[in-house]
Amino acid sequence: MDQLIQLLQENARHSIADLSDLMNLSEEEVESKIVELEGSGVILGYAAVVDSDKVNDSGGVSAFIEVKLTPERGGGFDRLAARIAKFDEVESCMLMSGGYDLSVVISGSSLHEVASFVAEKLSTLEGVISTATHFQLKTYKSNGFLARVENSGQRLPVSP
Amino acid sequence: MSLSNKISKQVKNIPRSGIRDFFELVLGRDDVISLGVGEPDYSTPWHIREAAIYSLEKGETSYTSNLGLEKLRESISRYVSHCFEVDYDSSSEILVTVGVSEALDLACRALLNPGDEVIYHEPCYVSYDPSIRLAYGVPVPVSATVEDGFSVKAEEIEKLVTSNTKILILNFPTNPTGAVMGKEELQKIADICIANDLIVITDEIYSELVYDDEYNHVSIASLCGMKGRTILLHGFSKAYAMTGFRLGYSCAPPEITEAMMKIHQYSMLCAPITSQMAAIEALENGSKAVEKMRQDYKKRRDLIVREFNEMGLPCNLPGGAFYAFPDIRGTGLTSKEFASALLEKQNVAAVPGDAFGANGEGFLRCCYAADVKLIKSALDGFRKFLVDIKG
Repeated sequence: MDQLIQLLQENARHSIADLSDLMNLSEEEVESKIVELEGSGVILGYAAVVDSDKVNDSGGVSAFIEVKLTPERGGGFDRLAARIAKFDEVESCMLMSGGYDLSVVISGSSLHEVASFVAEKLSTLEGVISTATHFQLKTYKSNGFLARVENSGQRLPVSP
Repeated sequence: MSLSNKISKQVKNIPRSGIRDFFELVLGRDDVISLGVGEPDYSTPWHIREAAIYSLEKGETSYTSNLGLEKLRESISRYVSHCFEVDYDSSSEILVTVGVSEALDLACRALLNPGDEVIYHEPCYVSYDPSIRLAYGVPVPVSATVEDGFSVKAEEIEKLVTSNTKILILNFPTNPTGAVMGKEELQKIADICIANDLIVITDEIYSELVYDDEYNHVSIASLCGMKGRTILLHGFSKAYAMTGFRLGYSCAPPEITEAMMKIHQYSMLCAPITSQMAAIEALENGSKAVEKMRQDYKKRRDLIVREFNEMGLPCNLPGGAFYAFPDIRGTGLTSKEFASALLEKQNVAAVPGDAFGANGEGFLRCCYAADVKLIKSALDGFRKFLVDIKG
């Protein structure tokens, strides 16, 4: 994989100066590569990975929803999937192999809000055959980051 | 009663490690930015730790065969054959030890008679000289110079060979310089060993950590006529970030393996079974994690070496291991003076080069197996320090 993509995936907050040091490129070169990746849609955006369990004022909930769809001639699942993905409540939306078609992750401020989105917006769409909603209870790992950071142990300051 | 009279002469004659002196200096301080370590900054990859835990859960807590678990020796045999292109019989030529350090000690004790000479290249890992002395051998260091990229020349070795020379110790990639050795020079050294009937102990603990695409690590054991006179030492500490598991191994002809095992069985009995189980997992499924760490080290190496050169401390690009060895002679300070003052003024620790042999004087060992931010703040400390002493 592209070195720059890998570094940004590990830490999107790497400064341009750090990236230029690590890749031995000028800062201008790094910037222009990033602009290129953003422009071509390889990089979709940047966001903090948050463990919502630790956010005090969060009454927020997330749910993962299995959605079964009727595919359409000529377009398969694309039109309907894209339509679902555009809702602000939808965090991620992916076509899956196996027992259902779309995996949709939804977040909302309360159980009720998520449930009503599913009942009123999602299930009522022409082409949606069924939904199964699973609420998330606890986060152990999110986007590659462990929720409980390991204490990696103290190395001796000097060793042979 | 003075107990110091009771200590054996052999042990008394061994000087304290220069690393230990420096360690004590560092220990008294808080928040030191340290490039002084000799181990990876990663924890052991999870799948390897998990294999150790699983083994404990199953109740695998017994002794193993003195040689080490058969399954591990078979894995080692396959791995060495694949990576080093030399085949060892897992039942008679491989011994699992408590780190490469134990294997080195066993090899010296198994082979040396009082007065036998052992040639090794300096600057080098701190254990070679004491291990030779403790086995009643005579250490004969050969200088590896900065001009040769700290890769020792065959003709320099040849000059030191006498009728008493029994062993040559090689360590490529080298701790503390990161030096590597190409096949051509290695062949010349092999020819000298064959002509003078020398045994080679080759410590290849850093062999996975080489960084240049055009350089392939070659083991002297794989050269024609060398397997029968070579003890290949390797282990899990560096590539798999398993220093605390304390696990290494030797590959050597059956007679030598048997002799080393004899000492090992009476002193160590066997390596810890938990570590051995973890090592099987490392060899079978660890290559992806090793490659990821190697790529990270390479970026850090390029960064630290570039910056040392830019700030006026000439530094070779080390081909392997995870140490940079910048030249500080231009400052007019000795290694110890530089390292102590750098610690005092900037709270940055790097090991004085003379801890690795007299000809390491004028250099510092800086370990770049550290977080990039830490490396950068250490480099800032170096820069400020250099401005300070010029001012």
